[in-house]
Amino acid sequence: MNPLTLIKIALKALLRNRMRTFLSVLGIVIGVAAVIAMVAMGEGSRISIKEQMTAMGSNAIIIMPNRDRRGGVQMESNSELLEEADIIAIRENATYIDGVSPMMTVGGQAIVGNNNSPTTLSGISADYLKIRNYEIEDGVMFDDVTDRMSKVCVIGQTVVKNLFPEGDPIGKTIRYKNIPLKVIGTLKAKGSGDFGQDNDDVIFTPYQTVMRRFSATTNIRQIFANSIGEGYAEKATEEIMNILKERRGWTKPVDPFRIFTQEEMIQTITSTSDMISLVLTIIAGISLFVGGIGIMNIMYVSVTERTKEIGLRMAIGARGKDIMFQFLFESVIISLLGGIIGIALGIAASEIVKIAFNMPMSVSVTSVIVSFAVCFATGVFFGWYPARKASRLDPIEALRFE
Amino acid sequence: MIMNPILSIQNIRRDFKMGDETVHALRGVSFDIYPGEFVTIMGTSGSGKSTMLNILGCMDKPTSGEYILDGQHTEKLKRDALAKIRSKKLGFVFQSYNLLSRTTAIENVELPLLYNSSVSAAERHRRAIEALKMVGLESRMNHLPNQLSGGQQQRVAIARALVNDPVIILADEATGNLDTRTSYEIMMIFQELNRQGKTIAFVTHEPDIATFSGRTITLRDGLLKKDVKNENVQDAKAAFEALPPPETFEEE
Repeated sequence: MNPLTLIKIALKALLRNRMRTFLSVLGIVIGVAAVIAMVAMGEGSRISIKEQMTAMGSNAIIIMPNRDRRGGVQMESNSELLEEADIIAIRENATYIDGVSPMMTVGGQAIVGNNNSPTTLSGISADYLKIRNYEIEDGVMFDDVTDRMSKVCVIGQTVVKNLFPEGDPIGKTIRYKNIPLKVIGTLKAKGSGDFGQDNDDVIFTPYQTVMRRFSATTNIRQIFANSIGEGYAEKATEEIMNILKERRGWTKPVDPFRIFTQEEMIQTITSTSDMISLVLTIIAGISLFVGGIGIMNIMYVSVTERTKEIGLRMAIGARGKDIMFQFLFESVIISLLGGIIGIALGIAASEIVKIAFNMPMSVSVTSVIVSFAVCFATGVFFGWYPARKASRLDPIEALRFE
Repeated sequence: MIMNPILSIQNIRRDFKMGDETVHALRGVSFDIYPGEFVTIMGTSGSGKSTMLNILGCMDKPTSGEYILDGQHTEKLKRDALAKIRSKKLGFVFQSYNLLSRTTAIENVELPLLYNSSVSAAERHRRAIEALKMVGLESRMNHLPNQLSGGQQQRVAIARALVNDPVIILADEATGNLDTRTSYEIMMIFQELNRQGKTIAFVTHEPDIATFSGRTITLRDGLLKKDVKNENVQDAKAAFEALPPPETFEEE
């Protein structure tokens, strides 16, 4: 019997039991939609982390004092403060380091005329741009030596928008905590990271300016550095730690500083998010499996119900495999129909979640193709036994069946 | 003129194992049926006539003995080969019609041809209409079985048995569910088909149905008891016309 005729027969049988077909299809729809949405969620967060990584600068290393707290009391014994000399030491001695910059932040309002912006002021050295992948759009970056302690700043695009709506900020002055800072450069837009921070809402000024004029301290809270390339993070970390310890003659077994590498952070975040999306996908997969069991169940009912029809078809010349394919086509049609609707629903759900909850979702072509293939396999797998049962019926017995 | 039989069975035995016991449904039956014959196979229940029909219909295989249908030995054939024989050489008419519900008369008639890939859709349709014309139901071809009377349903079933142009039509108590008038109408169709040259084997337990056929084979306890030519074949049309007029509440 030709496949087209078989499909027609199968479709007819399915249309005869619309409600039953609808419910079987629904089981698959829910399963597939769930799988698509879960995979989209996992893919979305993976992509967003990756974007984060590039925005952050994938080779970035952050050095901080070791805050060893016990019972709410900060134990400084195992910690040391960072200072300017550390930066100079790293810059001069480290071989796996490409750039190094302190990070000193001051909170406050930046004011220009009637406009103001609650932007954090960051005291940095020129290397910071390369560490964090910032680029100058207009004007120039300040120089660590010649602009030491000068009242200059470089600003991100959000600040430009907020404080200089009419544009052209170069040469103008921003007041920050009553100290005037002259804008000498603007940064190219970087966009926002998915952790919510706006990478363009920044005001950079030389760190010595912050030390002397804003916070009156020589303690550095954080040092940012840049390893020479991917895969050198570990060596660079070790080297920095040794330089810092050597300067202090540190001999205790506990390190006085904590060093984070971007690579480590990415790995931690991705592995957690991978785990979550794997678990969710497995749960969604189980619901697809349950949908498959639904198909199997309904196919068994269908075969039993139509025993007499099967007997008749055999009596008038249907071979076992004609009967087998007739029923197999029914289950495959159910599962593929469920697959198509489920994929559409899953994509729609992903888009809705993306828009309504502002979550990163990404439907991958692979997940759509795999879902479709899995649906086909589900139809064949769960339709197989009922169809085989039908094909092996004895026509005499089947005709006698009431 | 010596004709080859359309079917020939030689010393057919059929045993069924029922637990520890073996039931001998057929204990060695032989007969031939020649082209153009109208044979009724009679017997009480338990005589083995259903088993005989299943074997003749290639739905069951004899335990021993030979069955040659249209020159072909069938004893050693596999399931699929038997299905092919049923599809090409046999036509079945059942007691309970066995039409597919929610399927139009013409689609029911087309059904056997679906399993013959050498017949195109257009050819299938043409032959189905032709078969329905032979049973006088071409005007009802788009009706569903539940829109047809019992006699009409059986006529659709006869059309279905004719559509593949079988070498023999096998009928199993084909009038068993019908009243006398309708039974005679159905017998008229069978007689007409026989006159056109169709070979028919008709299983029944009703002696008056047997009088419409040219030959009666009687089985009893799995053995051939009688095989007689019917010298005085009754004309179904005459018998039908001799019946008292139908009650008003009767269908047809």
